[in-house]
Amino acid sequence: MTALRLEHVDKSFGQVKVLHDISLTVEDGEFVVFVGPSGCGKSTLLRVIAGLEDATAGRVSIAGEEVTHVPPAKRGIAMVFQTYALYPHLSVRDNMALGLKQEGAPRATVEAQVAKASHMLSLDDYLKRRPAELSGGQRQRVAIGRAIVRDPKLFLFDEPLSNLDAALRMNTRVEIAALHRTLSASMIYVTHDQIEAMTLADKIVVLRDGRIEQVGAPMDLYNDPANRFVAGFLGSPAMNFLERSVAGLPEGVTLGIRPEYLRPAPTGRIGGTVTHVERLGSDTNLLVETSQGERLTLRMFGQDQTPVGAPVTLDWDDADAFFFDATGRRLTGADQPSVPAA
Amino acid sequence: MATARDSTRTAIAAHAVLILYTLIALFPVFVIVINSFKTRRAIFREPLALPDADSFSLVGYETVLRQGDFFLYFQNSMIVTVASLFFILLFGAMAAFALAEYRFRFNTLMGLYLALGIMIPIRIGTVAILEMMVGTGLVNTLWALILVYTAQGLPLAVFILSAFMKGVSDDLKNAGRIDGLSEYKIFFRLVLPLVRPAMATVAVFNMIPIWNDLWFPLILAPAEETKTLTLGSQVFIGQFVTDWNAVLSALSLAILPVMALYVVFSRQLIRGITSGAVK
Repeated sequence: MTALRLEHVDKSFGQVKVLHDISLTVEDGEFVVFVGPSGCGKSTLLRVIAGLEDATAGRVSIAGEEVTHVPPAKRGIAMVFQTYALYPHLSVRDNMALGLKQEGAPRATVEAQVAKASHMLSLDDYLKRRPAELSGGQRQRVAIGRAIVRDPKLFLFDEPLSNLDAALRMNTRVEIAALHRTLSASMIYVTHDQIEAMTLADKIVVLRDGRIEQVGAPMDLYNDPANRFVAGFLGSPAMNFLERSVAGLPEGVTLGIRPEYLRPAPTGRIGGTVTHVERLGSDTNLLVETSQGERLTLRMFGQDQTPVGAPVTLDWDDADAFFFDATGRRLTGADQPSVPAA
Repeated sequence: MATARDSTRTAIAAHAVLILYTLIALFPVFVIVINSFKTRRAIFREPLALPDADSFSLVGYETVLRQGDFFLYFQNSMIVTVASLFFILLFGAMAAFALAEYRFRFNTLMGLYLALGIMIPIRIGTVAILEMMVGTGLVNTLWALILVYTAQGLPLAVFILSAFMKGVSDDLKNAGRIDGLSEYKIFFRLVLPLVRPAMATVAVFNMIPIWNDLWFPLILAPAEETKTLTLGSQVFIGQFVTDWNAVLSALSLAILPVMALYVVFSRQLIRGITSGAVK
């Protein structure tokens, strides 16, 4: 069964069109991440799915039922917000219980659901507190608990980790992943952070300017990006794009090569100078300016003592290179140019 | 160490300025209150002296209380003020919520139209208002005053409250929508408690002018049974003779209810600030 089906969804605010012809399916139990730079329409798309915004055109179906014109509370969804959005005047327990109470669920069911959620998120000790008395991480757990209690057909997460500090973000990310395994529920998760996208998703949807650029499993997108935007957006440090620094590259074609696939070689196809070194312990990033003035990043595993200012020559395996035409489209198969070895 | 001493010095200076201002602001009130407890002769001989055994007199209060209608005037003022504030806050908050929350055509224009009332004094329309009240038979009723004061207070209320309501997190309202709260519940249960400090501000701003107003009670409701306190106190001020004891006593009494209201609102104000919204 499909948890969500979007068919040709458009959304405009006045004259400004922010979503263009979005079609997408989310299978039951799938964890789908919408990722893209800010302003790409990912949050708007989530709001359209939630029913907080009406689609200008197209159809939205959740769990097989069309809900295009159904109000948010009746769509069988639950949402976790970036700013937690807890009711400040209600206790943790009442925050979690409100949705079910509004649906008119029997008292015993509400109690049982709240107990289950609070146990799952280790919130048992905090049930009587107000949100103001909780830390950021606890607040976000309450917000997640509020979603679990409703036992929704579809979970929606709107950048839930953006307000947490780095260490807490990692923990909560793991918790959300664990939650997905426990509940085996369908989830949609919006983020601008490609690490969250890569680590959590079964399926990533990359958006740009209100259009879907590519949909696929994280490693498929990483290894087989459809265009230059997806190639550059996923991966950290980002993929290097070279136009001038490589001899024999046809006019208008860009070579894309990930930092970890570059290596220093005595007879490399790229020559340049090291301008900066980032030593992270587990790996070392060299920032190199090529002799043609393009900048690139080289990632080496382990520790490396190359000093700033040292001349380097770099090379790569042809199988690891990507080629893009002037419009950003990926060139594959026979279209792919070959770059002669140095 | 230097900074600590500096901050003490700054604090002392700041307090000195504030205390001075408080004294200046309270001085007229103080003069009114002490003189209300003195004999007529003592008021004129030494206006700034505290009442002593010789000059102490309650004759002013006796006159005021003997004037049987005085409690009625009190009651009228109280009804008019409280009812006007209630309507200003209710309708002002509702209009502000609509302006802040919903996208509709002419939203900005509507906001400007509502704000126009801040710039145009309502008294300009007195003749037209009087004609309307005569036409609707509301002259000499408290409703005439309540309606006019509500209209007078709404523009500023909408202006202030819509600015505050724009600051209430969209996520919170959306969370309410997903949990199945109606728009009314979102307004009354989520948004209003969060803008309570702003509501208290609006209430305090509107309360004093309404309580003290002489103009509209004189024109719209001068009948004996609808007189407000300020209008009622005028009986002691004659063209040739003014009963100062009674005037000062009436004014002293008039301070009390408005002070009580102020305490109520300012506590709301402080509670609103200290409870704080959850970010």
